[in-house]
Parts: sequence; C-alpha cells; structure tokens
Amino acid sequence: MAAQMGDDGTVAIGALVKRHSGWVRLTHWLTVVAVMTLLGTGLNIFNAHPFLYWGSKGTTVDTGSRWLAIGSVGPRGMVMIGTTRFETTGLLGRSAGMNGAMQNIAFPHWATIPSWRDLGLARNWHFAAAWLLILNGIVYLTYGIFSGHFRRRLVPGLRELRPGNIWHDVVEHVKLKFPKGEASLRYQVLQKIAYSGAALLLLPLMVFSGIGMAPGMDSSWPWVVDLFGGRQSARSVHFVVTNLVVLFVVVHLLMLVLAGPFKLLRGMITGWQRVETGA
Amino acid sequence: MSIITRRGLVAGSGLLLAGCDSLVSDPRARGFVQGAEQATERWQRLVGRDALAREFSAAEISPVFKANGTTSPVETEYQAHAAAGFGDWRVRVSGLVDRPMALSLAQLQALPARSQITRHDCVEGWSAIGGWAGPTLGTLLKAAGAKAAARYVVFLCADNYGGEADKGGMQSKSRYYESIDLVDAWHPQTILALRLNGAPLDVAHGAPVRLRVERQLGYKQAKYVEQIMLVSSLDGFGGGKGGYWPDRGYEWYAGI
Repeated sequence: MAAQMGDDGTVAIGALVKRHSGWVRLTHWLTVVAVMTLLGTGLNIFNAHPFLYWGSKGTTVDTGSRWLAIGSVGPRGMVMIGTTRFETTGLLGRSAGMNGAMQNIAFPHWATIPSWRDLGLARNWHFAAAWLLILNGIVYLTYGIFSGHFRRRLVPGLRELRPGNIWHDVVEHVKLKFPKGEASLRYQVLQKIAYSGAALLLLPLMVFSGIGMAPGMDSSWPWVVDLFGGRQSARSVHFVVTNLVVLFVVVHLLMLVLAGPFKLLRGMITGWQRVETGA
Repeated sequence: MSIITRRGLVAGSGLLLAGCDSLVSDPRARGFVQGAEQATERWQRLVGRDALAREFSAAEISPVFKANGTTSPVETEYQAHAAAGFGDWRVRVSGLVDRPMALSLAQLQALPARSQITRHDCVEGWSAIGGWAGPTLGTLLKAAGAKAAARYVVFLCADNYGGEADKGGMQSKSRYYESIDLVDAWHPQTILALRLNGAPLDVAHGAPVRLRVERQLGYKQAKYVEQIMLVSSLDGFGGGKGGYWPDRGYEWYAGI
C-alpha cells in the first residue's frame, strides 16, 4: 500500500498516501479525549459559581468587577454580559434536568460531566485530564518542532499570509471548493491558521490560565497569574478561550463533514489517505 | 448524510453521556484520578516547596469578605463560648508532641503575631482578599515539641457541619476537621488567625481561632479550631481522608 509517487514528487490520482505520522495521530486522539473530558467537567465546575470577574478577587457581592452571570429570574433562565440581559430559558440558567423537571442550573445536565452536580468528582477528572493534555502537549510540541512538522506543514509562511492569498482561500471555502488531487495533501492558509492557532495558542492559553487559578502555583509561579492580571481574570480568560476552542471544534467537524468525513477520518486513524481526482 | 439522523444523534449522545457518567463514577477509575492528584501535589512541592503566597496591599482588601461553610454553629457548647466572649476557649495541642498544651485566647494573643493580606480562593471559584493576623502554627509546634514521627497536623473544629448526631470518638463523622502536611505546617504564612481586617474574628469567619494555610483552597482554612493534633496517619479521623470535604470527594491537597 505504498504511495505511488512520480519522480517529480507528484502523486497519482487514486493512490493511497501516508498523510499523518503516528505521533500526530496519537497526540490528536489523546487531545480529543482530554479536551472532551476537560470541557464537560469544566462546565460542571463552572456551575458551582456561574459568575466571572476581572482582577484578583470576585464574589457574589462584587458586582462592580463582574462581567458575566448565568442564573435565573423566576422561571426564566438569564445570561447577563456586562449590564445586558439575554433570556436563555431551556439552555442556560434554567433547563430540564435528567427527570425532565425544570431546574436552575447554569449549563444543562447534558453538557456536563458527570451529568449531575458534583464539584468534587468533576474537579478530580478535570485535573486528571489536564495532566493528560499537558503531557500529551509536551510530546506533540517536541515532535512538531524537531521533526519539522510545524515548519513544513502547520505554521503558515509569510508569503501564504498575504491578504490576496487569504482572500482567495476564503472565497474557495465559501464556494465549498476543497482542494483535490495532490493539493489536498497540504493545508491551505486558513486551515494552517486554524490548526496552529488551536494547537499553539488556544490550548497553551487554556493550560496557563488554568495554572493561574491554582493557589499553589500562584505562590510558586506568580508570573503566570500576573500575566492574566489576577486570578479572576485568569478564570475569565479560561472561560473565554474555552468558547474559542469549542468554536474551533465545531468548524473543524463541519469542514470534516463537508470535505469528506470517511476519507479524512481514515487518514487520521490509519495514517493513509486516498488522493481524489481533481474533477 | 441520511444515515446521520436527528434521532440517531440524540440516542448516540445519550449513550455517550451515560457512558461518561458510569466511567467517571466507577470505583476502578479512582486510581487514575488519585494518581493525578498525587502528581499535582508532588509537582507543586517540587517547584515551590517554600514559596510564599502573594500578599496584597490594604487597598485591595475585599469590601465584604464572603463567609461560607458553617457561618453560625448551632452547638450549644459553642454558643455558650461565644456568649462569654470565648474567655474559656482552649486550643489544645496534642498527639505526637513532647509537651501537650491547652492555650487560652489570651495566651494565643500574647504570642508574636504575623499579619498578612492574602487572597482566599473558594473551591467554587470565587476569591476574596482579607487581612489576617495571629501566631504562626510553627510557634506552637516549637513550644509543644513536635516529635519526629509526626507527619500531619490535624485541626479539629467545634462545628458539626454535616449535622449528623455525635457518635463520640476522636471526631464524629460530620464534625468539621482538616489536616495539612508538615511542609505547610511549618510554612511561615501558616497561622492561627485571631483577627480579620483589624478586628477580632467574628462567628461567621471562624471565631475565635481559624487556620490560614495560604497556598490552598478555602475548605482547608478550618474555622472554630479547638484541637491541634500531630499524628503519623490520618486513619481514625472522620472518613479517613484527612478532612470533612476530602471525605466527600474533594482533593486532600488543595493547592489547585
């Protein structure tokens, strides 16, 4: 099943080619497990105090530094961003529990791990998954730097970042025209920005904003919490970046479905991907 | 696309959720998360065994320091002490010490005090900044003569937080208690706080004596401390996990 590659480096249409290395595939799927666990347990933890503040301190009485609140007013679920309220009954603030009865809870039971309120259990698993994400991330970064994976395939070059090239790629995406043939074996500029942004910016920001919330680490590494401007700011950044990670995953999955889920999943599971015709 | 139906998605995600629930609550998975908890404790000890918690300026003190957990003990004994201004309150230091002691509030007040304005982080997610003052725990450990076999310091409190009937023994099941290791016990910022923001502790914040162990979360900051025991093992206290909340699933080492 070796790649049928010509002397000029081109690959034949219909050929099976090695698309993803073992390290990339392993670390990709461990990241999936870690991020899903972190997201579900993180929402459960958030439900224990569904308010966010800027600065070092913040409790229910500190409304001045509070910028986000998820709660309920009577039978209505509400989200308050700054001083603006949105009604979110059924999803945020008030939603149907496992038995179908409405309950006051920031994120609904189906979005949290475990699906019942359990701050202790959610924290246990959140930190276990955080260790997995960190160790897996160290392996991935080491591989990416020393194998040339980041330089050659993931991080966009300066020439690729020209506005004309980015605009061209935006138009291709809007038209749902995805590269075929040999070009489908390389990432285009928007993909590179999205992947390197998620792997090299968003996930490291999640790790460091998490470290900034740990009182023990704030003593040992005060520069981390200072980087975010205080523990409650770190908590706010942790939440905002979580939303960006979810946005990335949604777009990533949408693109997967649009561009050929079976071909691409096969590539990320087995490493081998079939080159489709340029038609 | 027709193979992915809405009903299929709902059923699939339902199965996924049920799978998550049974996995995370499976006792056989406990070893995995306990391993991670130990890794956190060892890592934090490695990178900052003697690191000091951030101290803030007086201007940064929270206007209202939120009181959580027990805020008004219902025990008649405690209420009698409070009514009498804690004149007869004693903090006993016992266990693996050469010289067991029972210190009155006046004796604690006479010891050299440390003042510190620190951030209190609740496990729920909120933070409040307050100024605490009181003798360091190290002063008491030195005076009592900690024995070499001691590994933990246990704090027994006056409030029956869980409300269960007292079953006697060292610490009945639902009475509040906490424990720390000797690294935190000798840490210069670990104090027995007698004052908050310049005034004697009020009942809601743990009068007359509460622990401050500044590099850990709020549930470690035991209020209404009556007894300090040096021990070699946490067995025999409450559920055996070293604290009221650790017995109920929270991390014993709460530096995260």
